[in-house]
Amino acid sequence: MPQHFVAPPQWEWYIVWYFFLGGLAGGAYLIGTLLRLVGDPRDEGVARLAFLVAFPAMAICPLLLTLDLGRPSRFWHMMINSRTWELNFKYWSPMSVGAWALFFFGAFATLSFIEVLFKEGYTRNGVARGIASLMSGGFGRVLMIIGAFLGLFIAGYTGVLISVSNQPIWSDTWTLGGVFLASGLSVAAATLALLARGRSDAAASTQGKLSRADAYFIVLELILLVAFFATLGALASRLLAPRWLALWALVVVGTVIPLAMTRAGSGHRREPVLAAFLVLLGGLALRIVVIFGAQM
Amino acid sequence: MARTVGFFTDTTLCIGCKACEVACKEWNQLPGHPPKFLDSFDNTGRLDEQNWRHVQFIERGTPQGTVAWSMMSDVCKHCALASCMEVCPTNAIIRTEFDTVYIQPDVCNGCRDCIAACPYNVIGFNEDTGLAQKCTFCYDRLQNNLVPACAKACPTESIKFGDLSQMREVAGTRLKVLQAQGVANAQLYGEKEYGGLHALFLLTDKPEAYKLPNAENAVLPSRNNVRAYLGSAVTAVLGLVGAVIAFRQRGEG
Repeated sequence: MPQHFVAPPQWEWYIVWYFFLGGLAGGAYLIGTLLRLVGDPRDEGVARLAFLVAFPAMAICPLLLTLDLGRPSRFWHMMINSRTWELNFKYWSPMSVGAWALFFFGAFATLSFIEVLFKEGYTRNGVARGIASLMSGGFGRVLMIIGAFLGLFIAGYTGVLISVSNQPIWSDTWTLGGVFLASGLSVAAATLALLARGRSDAAASTQGKLSRADAYFIVLELILLVAFFATLGALASRLLAPRWLALWALVVVGTVIPLAMTRAGSGHRREPVLAAFLVLLGGLALRIVVIFGAQM
Repeated sequence: MARTVGFFTDTTLCIGCKACEVACKEWNQLPGHPPKFLDSFDNTGRLDEQNWRHVQFIERGTPQGTVAWSMMSDVCKHCALASCMEVCPTNAIIRTEFDTVYIQPDVCNGCRDCIAACPYNVIGFNEDTGLAQKCTFCYDRLQNNLVPACAKACPTESIKFGDLSQMREVAGTRLKVLQAQGVANAQLYGEKEYGGLHALFLLTDKPEAYKLPNAENAVLPSRNNVRAYLGSAVTAVLGLVGAVIAFRQRGEG
């Protein structure tokens, strides 16, 4: 068993919520992009919803990260060296890479958000019109694809960030980036499925596509969770202590039950609202148990 | 004047007086935590933002059925390949002209990534200042040609200070003396770990007994970059494939 004599970094609730919302924002942007690229015209309503969800979820992330700092007013030190005024970028430090990725993802999420606001008639502003026209063309597609890759990165790098440490559990497995990414995609699909119920232009077929995609994401997440425990070996017992069992139960309920509710053919779910809520609850519980469980 | 400095802490000479802890706090104006009454004579617990030297009291059974007491004044190792420095996203952690590892208090923003990375449990987070703090190797004293406060105060010369090459020589000689005297478990720690530590320790038990990872476990955080990113990338590809399959299908309605 690996030896650890480290102190915990006291990354707590701000980080739990960042990991959750980062997964949601990145996952939603990817889903919105893919619905536009490979879906049919009936999917446009949910694609727009995805970009409407990705922006606010993304916008909260830097606030959470800033509030978590010991010196919030120095948030910009993440990107600029306050002594030399040179840019700070260390490709081998996921926190450094993540700060830049969030910055650039934020730009793409904002562009797509403004585009949708214009197309939905919430604004007639000239700049918004320009952005909407830019995003509608071929170049806009390229931007959307780049944004989707950044979204994928944001949803998954958080697991890499905690692995690139010397903390017990976090640094003893290669699976956490994948686990958080699969869970983030699942949370995004479930959130969109839930919110799409309030939109008249959300086609039933798109709902089926979302829950079918979510089923894939959940299967991926479950496989990675098995790999997570397998790679931890004896250390896993620490995460399976009685105090964490209720959270693990939520993780299981938030994956297995929504999966069981998905109909094989249409992809539609029995009790879709309940299924979506369970996915969100499970996604949050997973992050709580992984973040707190390793530090206690 | 630039030079490569080092500590050599000979645990066989430590008497647990804690003069190093006191001198460190005095010089660096560290108020310390309220004392705790822990196992043995320990009332500081661990290295952290207030304790830049910490005397460990280690009790262990002997084959004769008695209890042997080992003491070790622990400190930041100022690793040649420093985990804290590796992950620090703000470049607040630098290598000084003395080859020591220093957290610049005006640059640190309190993200605590260094705490997650340090394998020696050295760095603590100061709630009052919002900064990560650890031993500075008395950077200000070094700049004025003074010996670090802990080494200056140590009454038994368990803590020695000098050029790193000289410390290695002193440590090697002392090891040979102890081995000649029959101290079979005597061993040096810090010659190879993390590219060579700037704080060497002479131990009389395996490193783990002093809460020091052994050579096999003294590893850098960046070892996980490739495999963790690769795991995410494979997941991303599989997730994309799943989503494309799901979104391309034409459902009813």
